[in-house]
Amino acid sequence: MSVIINEVRKGFYLDSVALMRMSADIAAADGVDDAVLMIGTPSNKQIMADAGLLNEQGERASANDLVIALRAGSEGDANRAIAKAKKSLDGGTLKSTGSNALPPTLASACTQLPAANLALISTPGSYATREAKAALRQGLNVMIFSDNVSLADEAALKQQAASNGLLVMGPDCGTAIIGGRALAFANAVPQGGTAVIAASGTGLQEFSVLLTRLGGGIRHAIGVGGRDLNDDIGAISTLTAIDILAADSQVEQIVLISKPPGAATANRVFEKLANCGKPVIACVFGYDESSLPGGIQYAGTLKAAAETAANATIPANQTQSANALAATLASTRTKIRGLYTGGTLCTEAQIVLQQAGLPVQSNAPAPGATTNAAHQLIDLGADEYTMGKPHPMIEPAVRTESLQQAIESADVAVILIDLVLGYGAHQNPADVVADALAAAPAERPIVIASVCGTNSDPQSLQQQTASLQNAGVIVCACNADAAQLAGEIAQLQAG
Amino acid sequence: MSATDLLNNGPTVIGVGLKGFIDDLKSQGADAIAVDWRPPATSDPQVLDSADRLTSGDLSGSVERGNQKALENMLAADPVLIDVRPAGELIESLGDHKILHAGPPVEWPDMCGPMQGAICGAIVLEGWAKDLQAAERLAASGKIEFEPNHHHAAVGPMTGMTTQSMPLMVVENKAFGNRAYCAINEGLGKVMRFGGNDDSVLDRLRWLESTLGPLMADALLASEGVGLKNIIARGLSMGDEMHQRNVACTSLILRELAPAIARVTDGDTASEVLTFIAGNDQFFLNVAMVMGKAIMDPVRDIKNSSVVTAMARNGTKFGIRVSGCGDQWFVADVEMPRGLYFPGFSEKDANPDMGDSTIVETIGLGGFAMAASPAVAGFVGAGSAADAVAYTNRMIEITVGRNPEWTIPAMDFAGVPTGIDVRQVVNTGITPTINTGIAHREPGIGQVGAGVVNAPLACFEQACVALAEQQS
Repeated sequence: MSVIINEVRKGFYLDSVALMRMSADIAAADGVDDAVLMIGTPSNKQIMADAGLLNEQGERASANDLVIALRAGSEGDANRAIAKAKKSLDGGTLKSTGSNALPPTLASACTQLPAANLALISTPGSYATREAKAALRQGLNVMIFSDNVSLADEAALKQQAASNGLLVMGPDCGTAIIGGRALAFANAVPQGGTAVIAASGTGLQEFSVLLTRLGGGIRHAIGVGGRDLNDDIGAISTLTAIDILAADSQVEQIVLISKPPGAATANRVFEKLANCGKPVIACVFGYDESSLPGGIQYAGTLKAAAETAANATIPANQTQSANALAATLASTRTKIRGLYTGGTLCTEAQIVLQQAGLPVQSNAPAPGATTNAAHQLIDLGADEYTMGKPHPMIEPAVRTESLQQAIESADVAVILIDLVLGYGAHQNPADVVADALAAAPAERPIVIASVCGTNSDPQSLQQQTASLQNAGVIVCACNADAAQLAGEIAQLQAG
Repeated sequence: MSATDLLNNGPTVIGVGLKGFIDDLKSQGADAIAVDWRPPATSDPQVLDSADRLTSGDLSGSVERGNQKALENMLAADPVLIDVRPAGELIESLGDHKILHAGPPVEWPDMCGPMQGAICGAIVLEGWAKDLQAAERLAASGKIEFEPNHHHAAVGPMTGMTTQSMPLMVVENKAFGNRAYCAINEGLGKVMRFGGNDDSVLDRLRWLESTLGPLMADALLASEGVGLKNIIARGLSMGDEMHQRNVACTSLILRELAPAIARVTDGDTASEVLTFIAGNDQFFLNVAMVMGKAIMDPVRDIKNSSVVTAMARNGTKFGIRVSGCGDQWFVADVEMPRGLYFPGFSEKDANPDMGDSTIVETIGLGGFAMAASPAVAGFVGAGSAADAVAYTNRMIEITVGRNPEWTIPAMDFAGVPTGIDVRQVVNTGITPTINTGIAHREPGIGQVGAGVVNAPLACFEQACVALAEQQS
């Protein structure tokens, strides 16, 4: 027993082609025999009557009215179909295609991509807060790649996010890996059970690369920004990250990579980590290991963190000994000069050299670094080098000038460099180094490098390593090994 | 989407800034889209702070509620053309020595050439001076009172002259009971709306007063008025956007009026009147304008609403009114239109943007409905049909909603962008696009081209600040 329902909208006009398309859509609904949307002109009403779709209600419609007429198997089906028809009429559109132009605002991007759950903000810093606020308002998590966001703004954004169950990564968050997707500067690493919370970009990258070289994989790697663990911010994002990672059943262990937290913040973070229900490794550069609560394993370097997490040892990949290398150097060459594109790699190298008893100075000093020390490690990504210039990970040619200076310095024994591969990074940083070395004299400092990358990265670890080696660069397995080798040579040169 | 959802579902990303990051994500198979980001057009911290408070801060909830009410009122409107009457009968205070003009308030010394020319013509038409020279002395003497049309439920194109004897079309918004008024379109060529004031111009106006006006009134009475919403809906699907192109709507309303005109007069007069209407493709513009005014008046004075209720230009200044700020005008220097010129004319001849016709954009037509009118897109210098769609898409960014009854076939029947939100204009830096005729800057020469012009951002900035201050 089928039912016929007519509904009339007074004074409603829509083009007949649009109505036909809607009609087909409604007629295809479950339980509907036939359906039509038509303007109530006499000829249209005749068509509806002939189709057995018109009742006395539709009969009363005028040429200025719209008739929704349908026949369905049951009243329920009919009402559902009527509701559907009204909804598509009120939507004002079947589907808006328009042009392929990019949406001009975040709000309209949300309309185009309703499933969006993360805004990646990389505007100049002075605009980032506004965009981040807009993103939080849309219910999005936020990754702020931009730097130059004020502490007050960072705190306000993170508080707002936390009260809405959202996560803010950054500001100045260069790297994250969520569910196997690399965000901004990150390497192509396999998925696995290890989760990372990192204050820094290249620290996260080096750890993820070394872990996966040892057979591990990354479940998620969350960047929180360099200031999150300061007392001004109070680790808002770190604490959120611990909560959500602890709740993820696929996370097997959590690794924290950071500078030492603020005094008022450290306890809260470490207590939460110690009680999160998963094994935890804390790679906190220069931190007093004994002040960690029980149950948290300490790692002093990124290499140590990766080895602990994978329960394996990174094999050395170069065969020349420090003795053999030192023998090639003039005895006047005693100093180490580090030229880093990755800030945390610069920090780790300082830690390694200090552990070997060598005094270091840096524009980005690690805990324990002194001024006027013999060995100097420079973070070329620091603000004073990037003002008005691209970051050296994007454009490694900005390192060339410093590299040439170091090559020409008569007292430099070892030049330490890093190459950071992955998404976002320069497509061929090895060739930039090779070009600089091609012009160097035969008698020059030893150049020791490490390459932070995988063979799945767009640049390929293997190719980049080969290019460096062909240019006469000693390539170590990891950044800590490179610093270690440099330290041994320096000690030999010091006699 | 909580932080937990992010981890469980993986990232679906909107990129704001470097597009390369989004390309990288797409290459990994992630769902991602880049925003075409550019820095905000405003740098004034007070403006940004006000916009932020109204958009996302303490005031946002009340603004949202106000704007939903504003959109509801716009969509509920039921405008019907019901009558034509002398202005003096319709507007109580419009007597001797008073002239209503287009745009926000302006006094004689600040008026542009065409506006002054039209004023002089109107004075002679009303018999307040014997000739144009005497009219000019009278206008400059301070003895003529000038007021905006908008202060009297009226609108007028270009110079927008309204004086007591002129016949005005009356549109009633049946849903709210309010009425609005606008003069009848004079046709093309030398006309008062472009500052024309010679005998031919005045003679035509007298004919409107003596013949067309009364006849339209009789015809409308006989036909119980003409509903306008459906005419607009049909017109949009026939390539009109109701500002620069009204050929379809003019034909449609002629179809409605013609039988009644034939009933109420003799054959010769009917022929004369129908020929006049049929000979002017822009006849419907004034109907669209008075309809717009009738739709927008019930949107005024909605508490906290940031929806624009009027945009108008007096040839010197551009003014907007915003619902939550009542009858206050927010005014800035008017911009020059960009467009195409008739042979023999160039931009040196152009008068700055002028007229109340921007009421058409205020209700989502004109520049907002550019996608409906590829013909206009070319004529006004907007370029290709795809450009026309882009114009409409940009207006969606600054409007509260869409009109489900006024749809654009070329955009899969998307509704026209409706309800200009001053917050969104400031936030995006996207200002309303207006399709406009271009008047010669000397009085009496008439239209010299057509093009597009943008409403000045400063009006919207002021409105944001005022709305935020008022709520604090």
